[in-house]
Parts: sequence; C-alpha cells; structure tokens
Amino acid sequence: MSGPPPVSRGLTALDGAISLIAILLVVQMWLLTATLEAFLGGHHEVAVPAAILSGLLFAASFGLYRFILVIDRAGGGGRPGGQGTS
Amino acid sequence: MKLWRDEFSIEAAHERYVARRQFGKFLVLTSFGMFVGNLWILARSYFRRAETFPRTLVAHASDIPKGGVRLFRYPGDQDPCILFHTQSDRYVAYSQKCTHLSCAVIPATDGRRIECPCHHGFFSIEDGRVLQGPPPRPLPRIVLDQRGDELWATGVDLGTESSAPEELKS
Ligand code: FES
Repeated sequence: MSGPPPVSRGLTALDGAISLIAILLVVQMWLLTATLEAFLGGHHEVAVPAAILSGLLFAASFGLYRFILVIDRAGGGGRPGGQGTS
Repeated sequence: MKLWRDEFSIEAAHERYVARRQFGKFLVLTSFGMFVGNLWILARSYFRRAETFPRTLVAHASDIPKGGVRLFRYPGDQDPCILFHTQSDRYVAYSQKCTHLSCAVIPATDGRRIECPCHHGFFSIEDGRVLQGPPPRPLPRIVLDQRGDELWATGVDLGTESSAPEELKS
C-alpha cells in the first residue's frame, strides 16, 4: 500500500487550489462590476469597502498560489527536490 | 524505444502539472488585476468627490415655451445636455447621454417622457428615473438655479434613485 505517486498527489492538491482560486476570482469579478455600477450611479461610499474586500480576496488567492509553490518544493511536480520549469 | 524516450523525456503527468501551475499563476495575476481595478475606482471616487462645477448660464426661461427644449453643454464642451420646460411648468435639465450606451436622448412624443431611440429606453421627464428599457441608471440631472429670467447650471447630480429633483417653477 504505497498510495498514489507524488505527481498525481501533487496534481490533486494543485487542482483543489486552482478551483478555490477560480471561485475567489469569480467573486472578485462580481465585486468589481458591482462597484463600477455603483460608482457610475453616484454611490461613492461603496468604493472603500469594495477595495478592501477585493484586496482580501487577492491576498487569499495569492496565499493559495503560495501553497502551490510549497507543493512544488515538496516535489509534487515530479521533479526531485524542487520547482519544475515554469 | 530508447530513442523515443530520449526525445520525449518529460512525463505527461509532469507536463500537466506545469501547465496547471501556470494556469494558477494566470488566475492569481487576473485577481491582482481585479484588485487594481477596485483601487482605480477608489481613486476616481476620491477625486470626483472633490470635483467642483462651474456656474454657467444655459438659457433664458422666456425663450423656451411650455413643452419646449433647449440643448446646451455642461460642465464641459464634450458633455451634451438637454433642458426641458415641462407641461407642469417646471424647468429640468439632464445629461443627454443615455446611461445604457450613451446615445443621445430626445423628448418622447407624449411630452411626459424622455426617449432613447437606440434601444427604446424611456426616462421620466420629471426626475430622470428609468421607466422602461435597458438603461441601468437614471439620467444625470443638471442642477439649475433660476435668477429672474436666467437659468444657470450649477452642478451635476448623478441621479441616485432617492434624490428628489430640484423644482424650478417658471
Ligand atoms: S443607448 Fe439608450 S437604451 Fe441603449
């Protein structure tokens, strides 16, 4: 019982991370269009909370990307001991 | 067989992994772009709040009969506006750019609505709110100030749904 090989385990983790990033991105797109709509309608008060929320969503996406790099370094990409070609 | 392996030395799984990692990177970059977009809106909101409008004479009330209109430009030369003397004897002015795709709006034949001929959007002549069609927002209202016979434009109200129109009786 040796479990799946490292590359396939890395792929699974990568797929999970990418799915989460994609979900965050959809939310961020909706946020941007809603903020633009409000801005054009003269509601300027939403700009600050929207920018903060968008920043948090970006930070979360970036955090997930860092997680991908960690998988990479752990050899999940199939290259012994580090990042593959990028 | 050996030659084949030498030529294609990258495993399919590894190639998939790299491609997906690249895709992840692209998504994160897009996310950063969205964040920059929000920051841009924030900056624009800040500067728009500080915006001041000129005071410009746009028409003489006695020149516009009841039901008549007058075109003018405000606040800049690139901003077409339309002034109405309504059937209820008020003077109201709006930006002439439709809030859908910026076509020029015109008075509707019934004299109570403003029409956008491009996609048949209709706005109320009384307060510029959307009555029908695809426009997503009310028409920006030009704030008028009447001094005797003179009608002065003093600002632009972007027409939040709740704002009441400024009434000017002739
Ligand atoms: S541009 Fe006015 S309704 Fe489309």
